[in-house]
Amino acid sequence: MELWFSEKHTPTVKLSIQVDRQLYSGQSEFQRIDVFDSKEFGRFLTLDGFIMLTEKDEYIYHEMIVHVPMAVHPNAKRILVIGAGDGGVLRELTKYQQIEQIDLVEIDELVVEVSKKYLPQTSCGFSDERVRFFYQDGLKFVRRHENEYDLIIVDSTDPFGPGEGLFTKEFYGNCFKALKEDGMMVNQHESAFYAEDAIAMQRAHKRIVNSFPVSRVYQAHIPTYPSGHWLFGFASKKYHPIDDLKAVKWNALGFKTHYYNTRLHVGAFALPNYVEELLKEVEN
Amino acid sequence: MTKKNQERMPILEALNQMKKDRLVPFDVPGHKRGKGSPELTAFLGQACLSVDVNSMKLLDNLCHPVSVIREAEKLAADAFGAAEAFFMVNGTTSAVQSMVLSVCKRGDKIILPRNVHRSVINALIICGAIPVYVNPEINHRLGISLGMSVPAVKEAIEKNPDAKAILVNNPTYYGICSDLKTIVKLAHEKGMLALVDEAHGTHFYFGQNMPISAMAAGADMASVSMHKSGGSLTQSSFLLIGANMKAGYVRQIINLTQTTSGSYLLLSSLDISRKNLALHGKEIFAQVTEMAQYARDEINEIGDYYAYSKELINGDTIFDFDQTKLSVNTLEIGLAGIEVYNLLRDEYDIQTEFGDVGNLLAYISVGDNRKNLERLVSALAEIRRIYRKDPAGMVTYEYINPEVVVGPQEAFYGEKIALPIADTVGRVCSEFVMCYPPGIPILAPGERVTQEILDSVAYMKDRGSSMTGPEDMNLEYLNVLEEI
Repeated sequence: MELWFSEKHTPTVKLSIQVDRQLYSGQSEFQRIDVFDSKEFGRFLTLDGFIMLTEKDEYIYHEMIVHVPMAVHPNAKRILVIGAGDGGVLRELTKYQQIEQIDLVEIDELVVEVSKKYLPQTSCGFSDERVRFFYQDGLKFVRRHENEYDLIIVDSTDPFGPGEGLFTKEFYGNCFKALKEDGMMVNQHESAFYAEDAIAMQRAHKRIVNSFPVSRVYQAHIPTYPSGHWLFGFASKKYHPIDDLKAVKWNALGFKTHYYNTRLHVGAFALPNYVEELLKEVEN
Repeated sequence: MTKKNQERMPILEALNQMKKDRLVPFDVPGHKRGKGSPELTAFLGQACLSVDVNSMKLLDNLCHPVSVIREAEKLAADAFGAAEAFFMVNGTTSAVQSMVLSVCKRGDKIILPRNVHRSVINALIICGAIPVYVNPEINHRLGISLGMSVPAVKEAIEKNPDAKAILVNNPTYYGICSDLKTIVKLAHEKGMLALVDEAHGTHFYFGQNMPISAMAAGADMASVSMHKSGGSLTQSSFLLIGANMKAGYVRQIINLTQTTSGSYLLLSSLDISRKNLALHGKEIFAQVTEMAQYARDEINEIGDYYAYSKELINGDTIFDFDQTKLSVNTLEIGLAGIEVYNLLRDEYDIQTEFGDVGNLLAYISVGDNRKNLERLVSALAEIRRIYRKDPAGMVTYEYINPEVVVGPQEAFYGEKIALPIADTVGRVCSEFVMCYPPGIPILAPGERVTQEILDSVAYMKDRGSSMTGPEDMNLEYLNVLEEI
């Protein structure tokens, strides 16, 4: 017997993973949620048929979306995480002793419940007592906060579906407002390779550039995401992602990471020419 | 209304039968179920083109309905509590015009508020009736014109006992309702007919806890834009009449100007939407009301904006308020409604219904969801944070009582000259000047031009409103009567 999961990366390109068995399938108010087990990638979570994470490569995404800003901000204590219902971002964040409070805003409580049950590798972060849970729309939550957070991490789904509001100018503007005067925001920034993803990426970048004085993009290689080449946005009111990197300090923390290191941190901001051109197109 | 019958959709059923019959089309339209126009078919879809057909035995004829269209009309009349319902495919504009043309001839008087849609005054140009305007009161804080005041209507009736009819705009674009029942009663006591432009009130017939509908208030005719809150295709509409009207004559009037090639796309959309509202209207409009209320509460929490509702009710000019409307006053953030409207569109990719001097209207319907409401509210919060100005010096809308020098028809067809707009003060205008949307005239044919009116036009133009109506589309020249 062969059972395959396929995700279309474009109308004519797809990625398929042979499935050992399906562990969960359910429909929430917002989306369809599935968890599969596979030989190659271990367990993986899909929302509306799109892979959110696999046990084999999730560390790349989670380390890059957390340690890059944490190695730049000198003393981030209050963190807002939007999305991230699988717990992976929390797992990385809770390694930092200095952090006093993490507010997790996830629109879909069922994603958290399913992750707790089927994805222990990432959901271990949920149990930390510094985490406060808010099950509501991220856009609504951030609208009500001003000058409160040191760091906002936007771990969203794609801009089509429940995550759509997290790619808008009004969202980035409200994040700016919710951050302290030296705050920063990192976000899942789509990919530049396939045309449709590139348009979403450009739109997001244009809106962030309009909202923050410092706005840069960095990359990572994530095998199960379309094209395998993924981008993150780094937006900041004050700190520069490379000039203000505190490499010595970060290395002294002694975290064991599989992907991130402070040399890669600097390199991740060096982008291929075609990506730089796409970004430049919308920067003016 | 019997629910069981309301499940039927005679026009849709006939179209499905026609498809099954696999007729060979040697009639118009020439695209022949889309085959002759592949690009159009690819764009709109085969399903759509396959029912874009002409009147035929099986499908009845809109000009003279005897079978499926007639059945659908009866079902619609039943659903709306009307004596008769006519399917309209030339927009609610044609429904409004048919109302006026059905009750007025040349020289007849009709009592109406000045803030009517241009379609009403267009009908006066066509038939030569003379408007008697009732001054709509203004809420000065919000800068909007209100409903018709009962004492003002009484006065107009006493001064013009020969008037044929009273036309009420209910609800207004902003959701303001007049005391319809009393106005209808006043009209009927003096032998006048009561007409209601109910373009924004389809849901009054189906939702719970809604303001009273025209038919329930005893009005003689009502124009209902099914394509607004009712969910049918753009340009489709119903004309409803009460028992006092002669249905055969009204149909003759409709046929004076309505197309003889009624679109079955529009007709079937009316049929389907009528069924949907009759069966599910209560739940649909409960949901719309709840969404509008949520957005109103959230917007009011931002600060400075004022999303208003039933608290405005004053027993007369705001007799009731339509809670499905999301009208937001913007003056306290120092921006005109039209400026917020433009910012929402240009900076936040959000298209709202319209903005005027002091207000923004966001249209909420069953097609909306929470996610989009959050975007709207958040964008408004951002606009306040980024673009807020000192509100001092903001102009609010002032009602300018028009001086009607000659009737609209006489003015429109009279000998005229085009003058630079600044030189027209004191002259009699022979064309419309409107901000669009909402399409309510600032100047109508036959009215005297004043400096105050020109200042108001200039202010709205300056704030980015699009001015429509005049022959000179840039509005540098205005047509005025030669003689007067």
